[in-house]
Amino acid sequence: MRTRMWKLSLYLFIVGFILNMLGIVSHVVVSSFAKRWFGGLLPPAYTTDWFAYAWKNFDLGQVLGITLLIVVVVVFLALAIGFPAAYILARRSFRFKSAILLLYFLPLVIPQMTYGIPLATTLYRYGVGGSIVGVILAVLVPMVPLAVFVLMPFFEQISVNLEWSGSMLGASRAQIFRRILFPLMIPGILTAGVLVLVNTISNFELAFLLGGGGSQTLVVALFYNMFAGGVRPVYSIDAMAVIYMVMVMTLLLIALRFVRPTQMVFKLDK
Amino acid sequence: MRAVANDEKNEFDALAFFCLLPSLLYVLCMFVYPFLYGVYLSLQPQKIDGFSFANYLAFFSDPYQYGTIWITFSLAIPTTIVVLLLALWLAYGMRRGIFMERTVTTILIMPISLGVILLSEGILGFYGSQGWFNQVLIGLGIIKEPFILTHNYAGVMLALFMQQFPFCFLMLLGYISGIDPSLERSARMLGATPSIVFRRVMLPLIAPGLAIAFALVFVMSFAVFPSAIMLGQPAGTTRTISIAAYQKAFEQYDMSAASAIAVVMGLCQLAALLVIILFRRRLSPAATMGVGKR
Repeated sequence: MRTRMWKLSLYLFIVGFILNMLGIVSHVVVSSFAKRWFGGLLPPAYTTDWFAYAWKNFDLGQVLGITLLIVVVVVFLALAIGFPAAYILARRSFRFKSAILLLYFLPLVIPQMTYGIPLATTLYRYGVGGSIVGVILAVLVPMVPLAVFVLMPFFEQISVNLEWSGSMLGASRAQIFRRILFPLMIPGILTAGVLVLVNTISNFELAFLLGGGGSQTLVVALFYNMFAGGVRPVYSIDAMAVIYMVMVMTLLLIALRFVRPTQMVFKLDK
Repeated sequence: MRAVANDEKNEFDALAFFCLLPSLLYVLCMFVYPFLYGVYLSLQPQKIDGFSFANYLAFFSDPYQYGTIWITFSLAIPTTIVVLLLALWLAYGMRRGIFMERTVTTILIMPISLGVILLSEGILGFYGSQGWFNQVLIGLGIIKEPFILTHNYAGVMLALFMQQFPFCFLMLLGYISGIDPSLERSARMLGATPSIVFRRVMLPLIAPGLAIAFALVFVMSFAVFPSAIMLGQPAGTTRTISIAAYQKAFEQYDMSAASAIAVVMGLCQLAALLVIILFRRRLSPAATMGVGKR
C-alpha cells in the first residue's frame, strides 16, 4: 500500500512537471497568435500578423543568417579540433593525460558567466569583441571540450586490431584514418555535431557577452527585445520566441535520433 | 610488440603531440590565459598605477556590491537543496525504469535545450499574475489572490529550478541505474525493508554521485544571470554577483573592477567545490558500478 502511494506520488510529480513544461511552452505559442490578450483563459481573437511584424522589425532575416553562420562554423571547428584530440585521449596513455582531461573538463563545469567576463575582456582588448569572430571564438571554448568528450567513447569502441590489421596490410597512417577510422566514426561525428549544434544555438551567456550590434545570435536578440519590454508588443516578442523554439525543437528531434536523452548531460561515473 | 612491462606506459609521440596541439592550444589561449589575465587585470585598478588591491577593497566595503554575495548564496543554496532532494527521490523511484521512460526523459530535457531565455519568457507568461497557473488555481477556488511569482525572488528560484532539475535528475538517474541491482535484491532477501535498503545499502552507494551533483548544480546556480534579470528585480532583491560583474564591465566599462568581481565569484564557487570534495573523501567509494541497466 505504501509502495503504491509512493509510486503514485512519483507519477503525479512527473505529470505535474510535464504539465508545467507544456504550459510554459504553449503560453508563448498562444500569445504569439493573439490579437490582444488581457486575462482570460484564451485570447478573444487570433492573428498571424505578429510573425510578419517580428520578421520586419527585429531584422530576423539578418539575425537568422548570423546565427546560422556562427553555428555552422562552430560545429565545423569544434569537430575539426576535437576529433584528433579525442583519438589520442582515447587510444594512448601518457603522463599528463589526467591533467589534460581535467583541464578540458573545466570549461564545461565552470559557469560561462565566470570565465566569460575575463574572456570578453581579453577578446575586446585584441579587437575581436563585438564581432562574429569574437562570438565564434568564445562559444568554441566549451564546445571543443564537449566534442572531445562525446567523441572519446566512440573511438574506444573501435578495436585497435582494425588499425593494426590495416597497417599490416600496408596502409599508411593517412589511409588508416581515411578508410578505416573515419567511416566507423560517422555515428560519433553526427552525435557530437548535433550536440554542439543544439548547445551553440541555445548558448546565451558567451554569445551575449561577446556579441555586438552586427553579431547578435537569435537568443541574444530575443533577450534584448524582452529586456526592452514595453517598447515592443509582447505578442511580437513571443512570435520571435516561437521562431526560435521551432528551430530548437526541430534540432532536438533530429538530435534524439542519434543520442539518448541522458547523453545531453554529464556522466557522473567518470 | 610494444612493451607493456611497466605500469606507467608512455605512448606520447609526435603524432600524439600534433593531434593534441590544436585543442590544447585553444584551451590554453582562450580559457587559461584569459583567467590569468583577469586576475592580473583585477590587481591593476584603472585609476591607480601598479599593483593594488583597491578593486577588492572597493567591492568589500560597498554593501551594494558585497551584498550580492549573500543574495547569490541565498538563491543558490535553497535551489540546490530542493533540486537535489527532488531529483534523488524521482531518480531513485525510476531506477528500474518507468512507463514511457523515453518520452518522459525527452520532455524533461526540453528546458535544457530550449535555453534559459525562452524558459524565462514562458515562466513570465505562465506563472504571471494573469497567467494560466494563477487563473486555474483561482478558478478551482484554491486561492483568492494570485500568487506573485514573477519579478521577485520566487521567480528566479522557479527559473533556476526548471533549468537545474532536469540536468540533476538525468545525472542521478544515470548514476543510480548503474548500481548493481543484485545488491538491493540481496538486502531485500535478507529481510531489510525498502526504507532500510535505501538508507543502509543504496544511499551510501549513491552518496559520491550525489556530492558531485550537488557541486555542479550549486556552481551553475551561483552564476545565475539572465533569469535573475528577466524574472527578478535586477536592481534589488535578486541583484546577483554576475549582474554586479556585468554592470561593472559593460555599463561602467571598468574591466579591471569587473575582473575583480569575476575573481570573487570564481573563488566562491571554488570554495563550495572544495567543501564538497573534502566531504566526499569521507564517503565510501562505490565499488560496484556498471552492472545495471546502462
